[in-house]
Amino acid sequence: MLNYILRRIGVSVMILLGSSFLVYNLAAYASDPLAELRLSTDDGAKQRIIALTRDLQLDVPPPIRYFLWLKGVLGVFVGHMNLGNTRDASTVQAELAYAIPTTLRLVFVATFTALLVGMALGVISALRQYSRFDYGMTFLAFLLYSLPIFWVAVLLKQFMAIQFNNFLAAPHIPIKWMVLMSIFTGIFWSSLFGGERKRFWSVFAGAFATNLVILWAINATNWYTNPGLGPILIGILSFGVAIGMTALSTGLDNKPARNAALSMAGIGLVIYYPLQWLFNHSGSFVLILVLLSITIGLGYASSFVFSKIDRGPIARTAILTGVITGLLILIDRVMQSWVEYSSTDAVNYRPVPTFGQRNDQLESTDFWINNLDTITHLVLPTLALILISLAGWIRYSRGSLLEVLNQDYIRTARAKGLNERTVITRHAFRNMMLPLSSLFVGEVVGLIGGAVITERVFGWQGMGTLGIKAINGYDLNLLMGVNLLLSILVVMGNLISDLVYSALDPRIRLGK
Amino acid sequence: MKLFGRKTSEGELLAGGENAIANKEVEGLSQGQIVRRRFFRHRAAVIALVTLTSIIVFVLSALDTKMGPIRIPGWWKWGVEDIPELRFEDCPGGTTGCPTLSINPNSHFGFGTHPFGQDDIGRDYFALVMNGARRSLMIMFVIGIVSGFIGVVVGSISGFYGKKIDSVLMRLVDFLQTVPTIIIAAVIGKAAGKVGPLYLALFLGILGWTGLARLVRAQFLSLREMEFVDAARVAGASNLRIAFKHILPNAVGQIIVSITLIMAGAILTETALSYLGFGVVPPDVSLGLLISQYESAFTTRPWLFWWPGFFIISIALCVNFIGDGLRDAFDPRQRRRITKKDRLQAKLQVKAGE
Repeated sequence: MLNYILRRIGVSVMILLGSSFLVYNLAAYASDPLAELRLSTDDGAKQRIIALTRDLQLDVPPPIRYFLWLKGVLGVFVGHMNLGNTRDASTVQAELAYAIPTTLRLVFVATFTALLVGMALGVISALRQYSRFDYGMTFLAFLLYSLPIFWVAVLLKQFMAIQFNNFLAAPHIPIKWMVLMSIFTGIFWSSLFGGERKRFWSVFAGAFATNLVILWAINATNWYTNPGLGPILIGILSFGVAIGMTALSTGLDNKPARNAALSMAGIGLVIYYPLQWLFNHSGSFVLILVLLSITIGLGYASSFVFSKIDRGPIARTAILTGVITGLLILIDRVMQSWVEYSSTDAVNYRPVPTFGQRNDQLESTDFWINNLDTITHLVLPTLALILISLAGWIRYSRGSLLEVLNQDYIRTARAKGLNERTVITRHAFRNMMLPLSSLFVGEVVGLIGGAVITERVFGWQGMGTLGIKAINGYDLNLLMGVNLLLSILVVMGNLISDLVYSALDPRIRLGK
Repeated sequence: MKLFGRKTSEGELLAGGENAIANKEVEGLSQGQIVRRRFFRHRAAVIALVTLTSIIVFVLSALDTKMGPIRIPGWWKWGVEDIPELRFEDCPGGTTGCPTLSINPNSHFGFGTHPFGQDDIGRDYFALVMNGARRSLMIMFVIGIVSGFIGVVVGSISGFYGKKIDSVLMRLVDFLQTVPTIIIAAVIGKAAGKVGPLYLALFLGILGWTGLARLVRAQFLSLREMEFVDAARVAGASNLRIAFKHILPNAVGQIIVSITLIMAGAILTETALSYLGFGVVPPDVSLGLLISQYESAFTTRPWLFWWPGFFIISIALCVNFIGDGLRDAFDPRQRRRITKKDRLQAKLQVKAGE
């Protein structure tokens, strides 16, 4: 195994060397960084040409200059890497160090949300193959596949930001829209649950009524301008999550799991007010991490309280419930800052921004308000990326699950009398994830490509903006920095996905 | 010819049972015939095929076509170079050049002088969009053909000969996959933008074949171990004949599906590059470029933004659905969808058996 990994890394390094050599020379011969200056009649232009030629070593022919660049890159092994200077005389490292976290934040959130939502939709779509829901999802996936991301991003900017902000100035949903939205929700849920005509209509009626009541309540309490969940809603939601998690993960017959999950939800509710005090006094990421680990610890401990045997699934259920309850409390706390945030001068009651990654005029030291600012800036670009990558996950997980459901071991599992939940979650779902794990890396890399365009539309200073700047300004060192990073990502990604696949699937032996 | 489904009498079904249906479907038919039948049963794919064909005919016939000395006149009255007067009357909010397309049957239904409106200087936007769609379609097909050709050739050679040649070619594929497409395309696009969209398309085609080559290679690796290949070899067939006459036809399904996906992706790549300013550059027109130029005009003159997007989405959507239909048609494991009627007949059969 170690042998295999070493060999793969060796080959990867060779490929990286080759591809960087190719890109370097292509870019160097395709562009002339001094073209504009040569045409200029300005007195300073000559000076500038001399200075740039010296700084960027333009007098050395590109194939040889590549090795000078490479020497700087290989410096990473002796402790001082040098990716060269940009045209503005700052170092490439500094530019990259600023851009990488920005892009990662964007891609990270989008990937995981798209993965979760897409997988859920794909799985349900496969379980209801050839149903109305399935056809709807197939159409949705193809539609999303065909959407140009820059077009979506501009639309989002118009309708989710500018018009939504206008709406927030006088938030009121007309009855006509409330009914229309409720009909839509009703159709969604009833086609999701499937079944015969009677069930269809009863689910439809339930979803329609619930949605109407929720919308009415939102209107009546002016929830848009003063959002929050409050202990009562958190209580209802977290107990719902506890029941749902148990039903999915162990089945409701499993009494210890049910009790553990319910007690986690209960604990969350009990410590709601103490937590508010804690959040108000010391909000920080460290605190959130500490609370997360306490939640996990509690969940694990609860499996010991409620059962003597088979503790794994119980702990899993309890931890998942606890984490989601904690998330609800966090969301509630962030929402509580909404009024204060949107009434600041910097925001001025237009809380959904269309541009930039943070509001520079916001002068607040409050942890929650600053995070709310980050979140509102993240919403639109992330949404655009999610829409683009959602399609892939719906199609992949649907196809993969259908493939698995045709296997003999699923028939065996059913034949020996396991209930449908166990067959789907334990036998089918786990095997469905195998091919997805190898697609994951490719999707992330593809999403970074999409991020290039999203960053431009929303004015984020990330890798994409840097790449565009490099190409437009004929900035070779900067371009090579971005290129090197992306190539390393692809190579590492391929290696990792092969390793993960072989670790998950015992049928695959690498290096044989 | 029945395009949308088969009608069989109930008696026939009762007598034959389910296997008979399956056998009857393929009885005495060539692969092409089976695939065609299955494809035409896929309603969405057929609709997509009809739509795409009409879009292509519509777009190509709208404007004048120049092929060397021959000049085929289009049916649309304006060309890209014409600069008619800007329209002011009945435009919303003091804007200019608003669209005259009206689909309200009560008032004046019809195209009007400028159905999609006019741009800043008064050029007819319908003509611009048609020209852009023409460019984008051309680029899409060129990329599909170039990538398809290279991918099939490299993949077949690699899979058929194996060993040294295979590992060299596959390293080349790895190598090309490591280079981020959008960056290299942007570098070349920036330099090649001046030489025109055809070169851009050729170049993107040269970059886009790697996935297809891997797929074809995998197909060849498994197919060359089959008995019919041995049989052909014993009968004295040459390597070339085996590769292209015996193995390739068996892989053609996956290849065609893969090429349609490449084409659907190609139109999005081209528009994205043009949007960033690295693809088609003015004075040429492409759909992505149109969107990029009028992005900021969206709040005041949204029609400049909607129409190019509409054409991109329709073309990509149609190609995707055609690809899906082909995939189902070529898939030998594909089972017919069990309809309510089938279920009813199965029940009847069980009863008849008792």
